[in-house]
Amino acid sequence: MAQYAVLIYAQDSAHASDATPEDIEECDRHANELSDDGSMVAAYALTPRAMATSIRRDAVTDGPFVEAKEIVAGFYVIEAPDLDVALKIARRNPVVRDGGGLEVRPIHSSYVRESGQAAA
Amino acid sequence: MTDARADVVAAVGEAHRRAWARVVAATVRITRDFELAEECVQEAYAAALESWGRTGLPDNPGAWLTTAARRRAVDAIRRDAVLRSKLPLLAGMEDAAVWDPASDWDSALGPGPGPGSGSEPAVGADARETMRRRVEALGDAVPDERLRLIFTCCHPALAQEGQVALTLRLVCGVATADIARLLLVSEPTVAARITRAKKKIATARIPYRIPAPADLPERLRAALAVIYLIFTAGHTAPSGSALVRGKLADQALGLARMLRDLMPGEPEVRGLYALVLVTDARRVTRLDAEGRLVQLKDQDRSRWDRAALTEAHEIIVDCLRSAPPGRYVLQAAIASLYAAAPAYDRTDWPQIVTLYDLLLEIWPSPVVALNRAVALSMTAGPQAALAEVERLEHDAQLSAYRYLHAVKADILHQLDRQAEAADAYRRALAAAGNQAEQAFLAAQLRRVDDRSTSR
Repeated sequence: MAQYAVLIYAQDSAHASDATPEDIEECDRHANELSDDGSMVAAYALTPRAMATSIRRDAVTDGPFVEAKEIVAGFYVIEAPDLDVALKIARRNPVVRDGGGLEVRPIHSSYVRESGQAAA
Repeated sequence: MTDARADVVAAVGEAHRRAWARVVAATVRITRDFELAEECVQEAYAAALESWGRTGLPDNPGAWLTTAARRRAVDAIRRDAVLRSKLPLLAGMEDAAVWDPASDWDSALGPGPGPGSGSEPAVGADARETMRRRVEALGDAVPDERLRLIFTCCHPALAQEGQVALTLRLVCGVATADIARLLLVSEPTVAARITRAKKKIATARIPYRIPAPADLPERLRAALAVIYLIFTAGHTAPSGSALVRGKLADQALGLARMLRDLMPGEPEVRGLYALVLVTDARRVTRLDAEGRLVQLKDQDRSRWDRAALTEAHEIIVDCLRSAPPGRYVLQAAIASLYAAAPAYDRTDWPQIVTLYDLLLEIWPSPVVALNRAVALSMTAGPQAALAEVERLEHDAQLSAYRYLHAVKADILHQLDRQAEAADAYRRALAAAGNQAEQAFLAAQLRRVDDRSTSR
């Protein structure tokens, strides 16, 4: 099995700090599907573009790093035996039907601190 | 060169044309790595040159080469067992019902060499012999793997220029230097495209597998597009001195035929093969003895390849009868209609316009619309065609298309608007691809220039 990152591109993220359960219902449903069938390893929903801060050289600016119609609204990690299967899993994401898109990238390596080891 | 030596060289050359893809595809099964498979197959062909001279030609050269390449693969994997286990290997082999050297090696030979042992592993002669026999036994029983090879090389996750280079290298067996010459790019560029594609196949785990039925239409489209692209680059060179690059067109014809043999039930596969056959049947008449471009209307129809035209015609009729036609079947049908007329002015223009209409419905390409305009000038007259071309001029996709201005110039010339025709020819000339086309357009321009200034 290999791991792939799936980057979700959309006009904006539905996950505002004051988002209602209805706002993120569709995302949750899809995330549950993927965790239920065992293909999802980790997932991160990002807040909307207005919350982004970018750093270039020594300048800090408001907004996403790349100026484009779509932003990375979130990303998750899936496990699949090969790219065809990974693409098939990614394609099920509802964002594809909502005018957004997805980028699938093989993961080279990863690190997640175990929760018990948080610094004081 | 002695006769015997010449026979061997000819036999190896023939085996290269006929068996290369099959040998590569079967060897990838052992190596699970394109790079190593390619090396082993190359070595097998070099060994054939030497060995066939000594022992005579084998009954089945393809099987001989497959066995030789696979043996080399097994030896290489054994030598590099430790190193290779750390490299990503081609995915999608889990369903393989064939012997897997990685797992089988242990049982056949015991543990391989440890890291840094530096010497040939101590393998008993018996064990080596067992291996050899097992590889040999695979020989002819290996299922045809060429489809896996084609679909992997043409995977839509690869850049198209990578698909083209990889297909020419691995499926057609064209050397990197020759691909560079055929595509008119530098050899390092081709090498880099191939390396990049191989790296993505390994890292992203693009599987070595025939796509599932649900994915087949999309995947087949990608494979057909690669073959068609290779053919069009050969049929009408996008740059350089020659109009036609025959060797590239030959490779495309070979690929189209191979895919037709492997997937005889797919109408679009047959359609592409027919399209290549029909278009290529006119190759020798597209240039005159001095190498000047000859337009379709002035070509010597008696010199067209009738056998190819007949073969294509039968395929097209059959495809049109059995299913709603796809893009390639329709393109082939149009090309075949052009070729079927005893003379240019006796072409069935209304039928051609109808076929273009059908083609536009499933493939709304401005290039198709432009070709339709040419046929329209024959049915509805040049005025109607000009209106259509002027409409197409506003299409951003088409405004840079090198044939738009040439078509417009021809129509203006028919309407006797010579000064405007000259203008259009000048713009066509500026956009022309190869030197043969430039010379042709320059001659057309002189003709209308003479007319527009002589009154």
